Amino acid sequence: MIEIEHLSKRYDDFRVLADCTVAIARGEVIVVCGPSGSGKSTLIKCVNGLEPFDEGRITVDGISVGDRSTDLPKLRARIGMVFQSFELYPHMSVTENICLAQIKVLRRSKNEAVARARALLDRVGMLEHAEKFPGNLSGGQQQRVAIARALAMDPIAMLFDEPTSALDPEMINEVLDVMVDLAKEGMTMIVVTHEMGFARKVADRVVFMDEGSIVEDAPTDAFFAAPRSDRARLFLSKILQH
Amino acid sequence: MADLDLAYLVSALPLLWDGMEVTLLLTLFGVVGGLALGAVLAVLRLSRAKPLALLAAGYVTFFRSIPILLGIFWFYFLVPLWLGRPVGGFYAALIGFVLFEAAYFCEIIRAGIQSVRRDQILAGLASGLTYRQTMRMVVLPQALRNMLPVLLTQSINLFKGTSLVYVVGVRDFLTAADIIGTRDNQIIEMYCFVAVVYFLLCCAASLLAGRLQRRYAI
Repeated sequence: MIEIEHLSKRYDDFRVLADCTVAIARGEVIVVCGPSGSGKSTLIKCVNGLEPFDEGRITVDGISVGDRSTDLPKLRARIGMVFQSFELYPHMSVTENICLAQIKVLRRSKNEAVARARALLDRVGMLEHAEKFPGNLSGGQQQRVAIARALAMDPIAMLFDEPTSALDPEMINEVLDVMVDLAKEGMTMIVVTHEMGFARKVADRVVFMDEGSIVEDAPTDAFFAAPRSDRARLFLSKILQH
Repeated sequence: MADLDLAYLVSALPLLWDGMEVTLLLTLFGVVGGLALGAVLAVLRLSRAKPLALLAAGYVTFFRSIPILLGIFWFYFLVPLWLGRPVGGFYAALIGFVLFEAAYFCEIIRAGIQSVRRDQILAGLASGLTYRQTMRMVVLPQALRNMLPVLLTQSINLFKGTSLVYVVGVRDFLTAADIIGTRDNQIIEMYCFVAVVYFLLCCAASLLAGRLQRRYAI
């Protein structure tokens, strides 16, 4: 469903992405990992056109992202995105956060949007906080609301950009649980994360990046059993040691 | 001064009130006009079109480097030469205030917009909102809340600053008091009274600003 072909991007002389090729089938869950600065975030931000790229091609459900004639807002509305720092709108209540794009982009009625918001809040265990403001929620709660906000658009795929990196350790699992459920329901997902437990549990494939290149793209079991590249082996030994 | 004559003050109130009306009008139009022009300048300063951004930056630097009193003189003495007819003290001062305040408001609005995290824009765009929608519904409401206290402080400064119209003979509150005081040989009483009124109004506005800030803080 998502094809990334020979993607390259540079900032002046710095190579951010170098000839990245990866394909994600419908219902697949891909975990992207690698050292910081390896281009993981940039890669997934290219998928919904938040980051422009110089060379290569990305298609989502048959639509070319880099094409000038592509209606990017329309395409983005079909791809959910969850950010490292949640990025809930601080001036809106939880419900308003989830309703904004439903009403303005999908043109749903207010009642319809609120009903959808409440159903999703119930699903992520946040219904009792529906009228609160983001500032009054913990990080884990905010991230669950952010996931509900993305799901409210009925996306065909979800992008997660280090969704648990900004969380206190005790809140990581409440967010991962929601993501595991989502994966098991068959959502197509690209997840940038260092949570290797999550990768083991639900990922179909692990993509390892370093210095803007995709160094390894392997089925999850194979990746953890025996990474082919030295760099991936080194990375794994560093983050799995404790 | 020892026995401040209340009856005398009361007799002077109608003229003082006329002056206060001028002061309030100058402040109101100055703030509204300054905000409107300032918002345009802020958008230009933040625009990706370099020449426009430079133009706006030049405007801001220019007007912030010049005493506002000088601006009022210009518009009072020079604009009539250019237009071929007098513009009057009130309009000369008003044009000056709007043009000068716009430079300050521009910087306040720009800082307000920049205070909103860049990823908030990405979140809006990622949800399918257009750039305009994202600015209008996500960025500007937050920016406005962030800049509200500074906007009010700047407006209070303008309220006090309007007393500069004294130099072109516009009868604002301070000028009215000065005229009455000189006429009746009650200068000290008048200056004290004016000080008290300015003090009370500015304090009230500051309190209001603080309250608004607490109420709308994010």
